[in-house]
Amino acid sequence: MTDTKPGFSLKSLTGETRTLPAHGPSLVVFVKEDCETCNTAAPVLEAFHKAYSPALHVLMPAQSGDGNAVLKERHSLTLPVLDDTACKTSFDWDIEIVPSVFWLGADGEVKSHFEGFIRQEWQDLSAALSASLDLPAAQIDWDSLPAWRPGCGSKHLYPEIFEKLTAAKQGSALLARRIEIASADDVSEFMFDQGFSDGLPLVPPTPERVLRMLQGTHRAPQDLVAIVPPNMGEATVEKVAINAVMAGCKPDYMPVILAALEAVCTDDFNIHGVTATTMGASPVLIVNGPIRDKIGMNKGLSALGAGNRANATIGRAVRLIVRNVGGGKPGGVERSTLGNPMKYTMCFAEHEERSPWAPLHVERGFKREDSVVTVFAMTGGPVHIVDQESRAPDQVAGSMGLGLESVFLPKMHNLPIDALLVVCPEHIDTLMSAGPYSKQRLRARIQEVTRRPLSEMVADDLSGAGLSKEAAARLGPEKLDARVPKFASEDYIHIVVAGSDAGKFSAAFHGWASGEIGSKPVSRKIDLG
Amino acid sequence: MTTILDPTDERKPVHRQITARKGPLSGTVALLDIRKPRGNVLLDELERQLIAAEPGITVKRFAKPTFTKPCPDDLRRDIASQVDYVIEALAD
Repeated sequence: MTDTKPGFSLKSLTGETRTLPAHGPSLVVFVKEDCETCNTAAPVLEAFHKAYSPALHVLMPAQSGDGNAVLKERHSLTLPVLDDTACKTSFDWDIEIVPSVFWLGADGEVKSHFEGFIRQEWQDLSAALSASLDLPAAQIDWDSLPAWRPGCGSKHLYPEIFEKLTAAKQGSALLARRIEIASADDVSEFMFDQGFSDGLPLVPPTPERVLRMLQGTHRAPQDLVAIVPPNMGEATVEKVAINAVMAGCKPDYMPVILAALEAVCTDDFNIHGVTATTMGASPVLIVNGPIRDKIGMNKGLSALGAGNRANATIGRAVRLIVRNVGGGKPGGVERSTLGNPMKYTMCFAEHEERSPWAPLHVERGFKREDSVVTVFAMTGGPVHIVDQESRAPDQVAGSMGLGLESVFLPKMHNLPIDALLVVCPEHIDTLMSAGPYSKQRLRARIQEVTRRPLSEMVADDLSGAGLSKEAAARLGPEKLDARVPKFASEDYIHIVVAGSDAGKFSAAFHGWASGEIGSKPVSRKIDLG
Repeated sequence: MTTILDPTDERKPVHRQITARKGPLSGTVALLDIRKPRGNVLLDELERQLIAAEPGITVKRFAKPTFTKPCPDDLRRDIASQVDYVIEALAD
């Protein structure tokens, strides 16, 4: 208990403003109308008021809106009932239970404080007031009152009220510009009009929601997470939280979003180019490690599709940050010819438990117990690879290779382009049906079945894409007979496992310009504090 | 009244002004190839026509490492220190 309590300025139900008296003893009792114990205490307080005023200021901050007047009328109260419907004073005084009783001395010091209704405490208070003020004791039939009755929780502790009050109090932690939207305006429409949206509705980033989101990370609100191209905007933890609220995230997702944002804003990943390219590239986020289950990510049935909040909103939050903080908007620096639906969101978890291989993050140098997000720049996908008939490992591996031939254009081979293969559990079972089948063997098989003579890549009447006729002529017939695989190196083939146990449908994401000239996959360990 | 927090970088829109026109073309012109395929073809033709139209000018050729990334600061400074005008090509 503190020695003194903060001042207040509250309207009484009769309209005058009442402040906490600077001098003279006061009795301040917080109540709410729908609390039975407060209704037990109210007539007692009225008796105190009649017996000890004006020597004692009896004040009753009440939390119940219209119910305050009901309380006053029910007990014919003449003491000042003060309107603390907003609960700000209850919050400032840090009470927990109503009724909450404070007897303040002449200098405002707290002489006594208790909660609820323990008859003896109230009786002792009355006696102490009587003695202190040298006035006759209030006339109260104590025997008619219950010996003990617990109080009720203070209304300011209701989550939606508490968070709003906390946001107001901690306003200094939030430095983002505050935008006030008139009550006549529709908040959702306003945010569309401001260009904040990816085309779908947004959750309004109110200060209290943003504060709640910030509880998902140990990082300070003003920590700089990344400089976001193309505008090189500064994404602080607070800005990330604002966009995460809009995307519909839970606070638990914050560590993943922060790591993913750091990853896409590296020079290696090159989000500027990914945003700007007419080819329509977008980050694909894959999450590995224990955090997948902790935050309820989907790695199984429909892992690449709709229906899971974590998958959907983490990917969306990253996209919204690039849009709002980085300024990457279609028609501006974003110049995608067709765009693709991954530009709304694309994030999923690897089904490590269903994979016979080291998971993606372990392959990329992390410990299995680490939680890691890996980002790929992809222009298309998931493109299904349908094979319900193969029963031999090399057959199904061959089908995956044939499925990957469509990257860019089937006739194009020897591509220095990343591809991300998502192998479904039933295809895993077929691959493993005759013993271990390593990722390396799968990559080699993909390259083996896609080998084609260079001559098939030459521009012709069927398609002008590929090697020009002049270049082909320079190579000569012998070199044109050389067979080249789909990818310039097996290193461009990235493999993960996801999906449900039923269905022989794997899928591929097709890359963008890979490597130094474009984008490299980037992994970031997720900081769980 | 609803209060929301600004999700953007809060940068005020900057209206970029076109540099004042000097009148006749003179001095050094940079032709910057952003490294999109066949950008050099366009720039070759542009160089030919520029020199034909303004024989007194000097043309210097530069190239970005890749079209997918912003021009590196060093190259930007290098160009700025050597030329009076820049023409870049070729986007989409």
